[in-house]
Amino acid sequence: MSKTYYDSSDLRKFGKITEWDEELGNKFFDYYGKVFEEGALTAREKSLIALAVAHTEQCPYCIDAYTKDTLQRGITKEQMMEAIHVGAAIKSGATLVHGVQMMNKVNKLEM
Amino acid sequence: MATKSLKARNNDIANTSRQMEILSSGIFANGELPTFAAKIKETGHFPLRPKKLEILQINLGYMCNQVCEHCHVDAGPDRKEIMTVETMQQCLEVIKKTEAHTLDLTGGAPEMNPNFRWFVEEASKAGIKDFIVRSNLTIIRANKKYYDLPEFFKKHNVHVVSSMPHWTRGKTDKQRGEGVFDKSIKALQELNAVGYGMPGSNLKLDLVYNPSGAFLPGDQMALENDFKKALKEDFDIDFHSLFAITNLPISRFLDYLIASENYEDYMHSLLDAYNPEAVKNVMCTNTISISWEGWLFDCDFNQMLNLKVASKVKHVSDYREELLQDRNIIINQHCYGCTAGAGSSCQGVVA
Repeated sequence: MSKTYYDSSDLRKFGKITEWDEELGNKFFDYYGKVFEEGALTAREKSLIALAVAHTEQCPYCIDAYTKDTLQRGITKEQMMEAIHVGAAIKSGATLVHGVQMMNKVNKLEM
Repeated sequence: MATKSLKARNNDIANTSRQMEILSSGIFANGELPTFAAKIKETGHFPLRPKKLEILQINLGYMCNQVCEHCHVDAGPDRKEIMTVETMQQCLEVIKKTEAHTLDLTGGAPEMNPNFRWFVEEASKAGIKDFIVRSNLTIIRANKKYYDLPEFFKKHNVHVVSSMPHWTRGKTDKQRGEGVFDKSIKALQELNAVGYGMPGSNLKLDLVYNPSGAFLPGDQMALENDFKKALKEDFDIDFHSLFAITNLPISRFLDYLIASENYEDYMHSLLDAYNPEAVKNVMCTNTISISWEGWLFDCDFNQMLNLKVASKVKHVSDYREELLQDRNIIINQHCYGCTAGAGSSCQGVVA
């Protein structure tokens, strides 16, 4: 077993998940491929969304993959960083909006 | 940013046999990745053979006013190897009798060869259908003696193909040197001013994009749209097509890949993107590349690796097209650069 939980070369082995369950694995990869095709959103827009979500999910493989993908599409560093801030804003907003729940609870409990 | 060629820096990679050694060892020797020969055997493309000759590509010399990070020619101001008039005359003899419909002049900066204009004038008399000059754009602004190049190109109906790594200043200057973006923009505007690149104009102006780093080019059409939109909005520049070219792991780009520890990942990326359809149309199947000394090669990349054609005819002075066309193309692992994704050649995607 490897001594670390993550190994960057494991990303290249992603496709191997089909070896232990071909049907579900293939269904996933077909779906995945279809999602990223040019549609009502451009492939470029989808790549930036994926980059932002890769960060909010804190998936190191996804960050490697979509940093490269966005670079390949000619997306600039500034655009990449802005996309991550969108993800971060939603993440922090999601934390802070729960503050209302906390406030409600305090208001209910306090005399 | 480098200011000297690898050769002037006595860098190990400037030695072509060292490059061949790197490309044949490591992940390709231990079986982690298949060699290019093994890979094309899978689809019956080995040995790779020429098809109809369409393009004669002539390298007028390695001298250049720029020292780009990724340059596979290792060109720069310190490179003094340029084609002599005698060799040009031998090339002209070939141009007169070749079956090829396209003549493609490259370098270095081909315009820096003192006999460049004479050669263009003589070659255009030979009446070739598509006459390309690969211009780095900044040369047009480098010195007063080059200011009239747009007019000169127009006079001989030269098809101008220019490098432009990005539509933003930061990315361009990082790859090609400080100030390159502004000068390139000015040169493009001057080319537009004489009619180059305008919608419907026969004065063809195409741009070449290659990634500034260890990643592959994205979709050529999408990049073309982005370039067109940005250059039009920001600088009122028009051009015809964008060719997206993959960087091949040789020379300065190989040096960069190794120094930045990206070499293995990059080779994996090329392999992952391997497209058997692209093998059918790789540029070496329709091109002959001639070096500044008159040696013949399957492509510009083999020229830089000093892999001369596997034919009795090896020099332009002995040129015999029918004999030359009956040869096996020399391949190695760098060839994966031309078969990745939609494929890559000096004319853009091939599949």
